[in-house]
Amino acid sequence: MNEAAHEEATARPMRLVTVAGPPACGKTAVVAKTCAKLREAGVSTAVIKFDCLQTRDDALYQAAGVPVSVALSGGLCPDHFFASNLEEAFAWAQHTGADCCIIETAGLCNRCSPHLRGVMALCIIDNLMGIDAPEKIGPMLRLADLVLVTKGDLVSQAEREVYRHRIRQMNSRAVIRHINGLTGQGCQELAQILALAPAVATVTDMKLRFSMPAAVCSYCLSETRIGARYQKGNVRKVEFGHRQEGQHGE
Amino acid sequence: MANEQAIASITVTAGRDKAGNPEPWDLTFRTGEVVALLGPTGSGKSRLLSDIESLADGDTPSGRRLLLDGQAPTAEQRFALHGRLVAQLTQNMNFVLDMAALEFVTAHAESRGIADPAAATAAARQVIDAANALAGEPFAPHTQLTQLSGGQSRALMIADTALLSWSPVLLLDEIENAGVDKRAAMRLLLGSDKIVVIATHDPVLALSADRRMVIANGAVAAVLTRTPAEEALLTRLATQEEGLAALRHALRTGAPVRAWEAFFPTP
Ligand SMILES: Nc1nc2c(ncn2[C@@H]2O[C@H](COP(=O)(O)OP(=O)(O)OP(=O)(O)O)[C@@H](O)[C@H]2O)c(=O)[nH]1
Ligand SMILES: [Mg+2]
Repeated sequence: MNEAAHEEATARPMRLVTVAGPPACGKTAVVAKTCAKLREAGVSTAVIKFDCLQTRDDALYQAAGVPVSVALSGGLCPDHFFASNLEEAFAWAQHTGADCCIIETAGLCNRCSPHLRGVMALCIIDNLMGIDAPEKIGPMLRLADLVLVTKGDLVSQAEREVYRHRIRQMNSRAVIRHINGLTGQGCQELAQILALAPAVATVTDMKLRFSMPAAVCSYCLSETRIGARYQKGNVRKVEFGHRQEGQHGE
Repeated sequence: MANEQAIASITVTAGRDKAGNPEPWDLTFRTGEVVALLGPTGSGKSRLLSDIESLADGDTPSGRRLLLDGQAPTAEQRFALHGRLVAQLTQNMNFVLDMAALEFVTAHAESRGIADPAAATAAARQVIDAANALAGEPFAPHTQLTQLSGGQSRALMIADTALLSWSPVLLLDEIENAGVDKRAAMRLLLGSDKIVVIATHDPVLALSADRRMVIANGAVAAVLTRTPAEEALLTRLATQEEGLAALRHALRTGAPVRAWEAFFPTP
């Protein structure tokens, strides 16, 4: 690509969506089917998948005809890895010429969230995780604009309703929808919503909705031995035998 | 329980079939009436149901629109009902939670806004009693959800949905034969404040519905009500089902199993 074309590609605003959720909840199933609906509506997509150790999501997206790039954090904190590669991820998606870039993240810890201010944020969770799951999941759910619940085909109506209620208690403003990753039921509607995601020209200077977990302790630096004498840096000791309050700090 | 979203009828305006031919009728579904949907797989039952579920507004392949109580839904109604208009009960569904039946149904009652714990427990007990009236074999309130038999959990799902579900429309995909008293289930559903639609291949369910809609090629091809001949047929079929249930019970309890006529009397 010559320089002019390069500049044109990188200046072009693109719709951006972050999708977060626990492993195997149905993120790829839902996103791939929704990309097909977007394509029918004339909106092209590109997907970036952030994960820890391995994924076959690239094969799944390719099979669905969606351009995809995978980023694996390996030995690094997946949350920090996501934030430190976001500019480059966005630039890659711009180069594909896509109208809408969807970032699927898995392997982020429940304490974390990839959602950005000014960018449409989705959280996907499934109905099989038990009704306490919405409380346990934390900021990726609490700070989402849209919460999608999958696998409702496998549980009772009552469980779906109680689950939805618990989600509502954790996030009072999100749109909550049931969606089926197998049949694609609900993906048409989701495509209509994603087609309205704000378009952004760059992610540089954008802000995360939630600060990432503090790290930098000896274990971040590859320490493997157990014991207080090996622990340096950001270490917090628990007082066992005392009930700790949940930590939902912003 | 009274529904916040009380809706007495929904109307699906005439659309077009898969070949683009106009559908002959607007269809209206009301509370206090059970409608059966019939037609082979692929005939367009799912298309009709998804038009209802998504509050179709001429924006789906069928071109149908959904009216609530005869009116196009307002923006607020759309927002409140989206994804929640229809409660569904299909064959694949199971309880997956590790909780006692009473505890769980109480949590459901609480999620419906019954804040007083005693009132929530009382509402939950009603659901369990109603479920036990449908299930062949009763279960105790403290039974774990995952320990319920197929018939018991189906009965609990029906009773819970009829009495506690938020959604104004209930869609049932078949009621299996064994373990649930189908006609009692129909009575319970009729008494709920919901609009009830059953997709079924079962002759007893189909004939006991107030109206039957036959779907073909993506559109409604016929709307039928019971003729006197069908009424007589239904009575005989129902007797036969009762006979089967009695035979099942006799076998299960080791009672002497007598001749055919003891279970299936000729009218
Ligand atoms: N029954 C049912 N299965 C579903 C549904 N959605 C997804 N699945 C299945 O759940 C499994 C996991 O789906 P994926 O889409 O790969 O999940 P994911 O969240 O992308 O997984 P990771 O990226 O590995 O974290 C697949 O076998 C899907 O077919 C659903 O709504 N109902
Ligand atoms: Mg995935």
